[in-house]
Amino acid sequence: MKYLLIIAADPAIPSPEPGDEGFEEYMKAWFAYDHDLSQAGVLVGGEALQPVETATTVRHDGGATTVVDGPFVELKEHLGGYYLIDVDTLDDAIAWARKVPVGTGAIEVRPIMPMGPDS
Amino acid sequence: MAREEGGRLLALLVDRVGGLDRAQDCLQEAYARAPSAWARAGVPDDPTAWVYTVARNAGIDAVRREASSARRLAAQARILDAGVAAVPGPGEHADEGDPRIVEHAEVGDERLRLMLLCCHPALARDAQVALTLRLAGGLTTAEIAAAYLVPEATVAQRIVRAKRKIRAARIPLTIPADLTERSVALATVLGMVFNEGYLAHTAAAGTLTRAELADQAIRLTATAADALPMEPELGGLLALELFHRSREAARTDADGVLVRLAEQDRSRWDRTLVSRGFAALSLALAQRRLGPWQVQALIAAEHTRGRTDWARIVRHYDLLRSMTPGPVVELNRAVAVSEADGPEAGLAVVDGITGLEDYHLFHAARGHLLARTSRASEAAAAWRRAAALTHNPSEAAFVAARVADAEAYEGPPRP
Repeated sequence: MKYLLIIAADPAIPSPEPGDEGFEEYMKAWFAYDHDLSQAGVLVGGEALQPVETATTVRHDGGATTVVDGPFVELKEHLGGYYLIDVDTLDDAIAWARKVPVGTGAIEVRPIMPMGPDS
Repeated sequence: MAREEGGRLLALLVDRVGGLDRAQDCLQEAYARAPSAWARAGVPDDPTAWVYTVARNAGIDAVRREASSARRLAAQARILDAGVAAVPGPGEHADEGDPRIVEHAEVGDERLRLMLLCCHPALARDAQVALTLRLAGGLTTAEIAAAYLVPEATVAQRIVRAKRKIRAARIPLTIPADLTERSVALATVLGMVFNEGYLAHTAAAGTLTRAELADQAIRLTATAADALPMEPELGGLLALELFHRSREAARTDADGVLVRLAEQDRSRWDRTLVSRGFAALSLALAQRRLGPWQVQALIAAEHTRGRTDWARIVRHYDLLRSMTPGPVVELNRAVAVSEADGPEAGLAVVDGITGLEDYHLFHAARGHLLARTSRASEAAAAWRRAAALTHNPSEAAFVAARVADAEAYEGPPRP
């Protein structure tokens, strides 16, 4: 069963930028997490997103579309990236979500809708 | 092992592992493992039970392994449904003389896993309550709706949504890794069910009496506490429930009016339930991991003694509020303070509590303490506030009598 781990971080608590103190440890934690996912054979995909300021939303309204600056929903937390993992149960997915080195933030765990007989 | 034993085991396994073919495979596997395992560790006391357990575990493992196939989903659904079907309905009891003794142990295990599943943190609290009562307690949707005075469709929808999430998100029917966290959630849900049955206002109507709901909570708590003796909060909750339930006969008078603890006829308390409560509490305390349910049970236990040591109860409340701070704990502590140090001291604490303006017992406690400090008109006003907020019939009758007392003491209203 595939699950999407949607990572949201609190922009009020910025993560270290390149050159900042602690940046290397911060990145090390993410690399280690990626490594653990790969080693466990559960990693399907995952990417980090550019900051929310770079987001553009294409809104559909019954066929008409408008393009606006910003994310589709303004939240206290901003989407920062995702992992797509393939594990047995929600408990396994939650266990991986607990280990995401996000610092302060939230991970939404969403099962991927099965399509076809073998997904 | 006799062939008919094998047939019986197969019948038991079919439901458990989700299919005849798999049940046969698992049974074969268990028979194949027996010679080397028994050579190593000796022949078990009950070889049939050993074979069954090994086969059942193999079946569950097989179900788990088929993680990525659509058949897997159906199999898990069957296990869930088999677990539901295996739960005895209300009033049915497991027959002690039933020769299928292995099956009983298994039902206990399934039931525990069902309860833990029902309290999965990925489910909303009201869904946890409804699912626990429906799946683990075996109540009907109509009975749950009646107990909580909500439309049956609401309960049905909660259950359908929760089951859909269990299947779609694949919440597993297994003993979780975070067992302590989950058993705390289970204790919270069972405690809520018990309170609803025993203390709250809504369960008076409908097909399910308050006592039945409370007894259902006690049965489920006892099952969970037996199965998880290393989780002392379940035992603490069980003890608390038993202590409360032991007072049932003395809690209301012949007219159904609430009788306060201090005025209850203690000879009418059920001593058997009290001693079961102490047994559960001592097992829990032996784990040496104190929690709020155990502390509440200690407080309730104190009331079962001939003479209540109120200073000790105040100390227990000090401990409880350090674990679960909140205005209701403060109020209960204030009542204990008033018994230990006098009504003025208690009233001072009560008047320092905020956030309980709409809680009938807050005004009842104030009314009681104001009356004891001879402030009759303030007491009458407090009891009237309490009366306006009270819904449970026996409590309402009690509060109405206090309003009448206070008003009589106050004298006739002056123009």
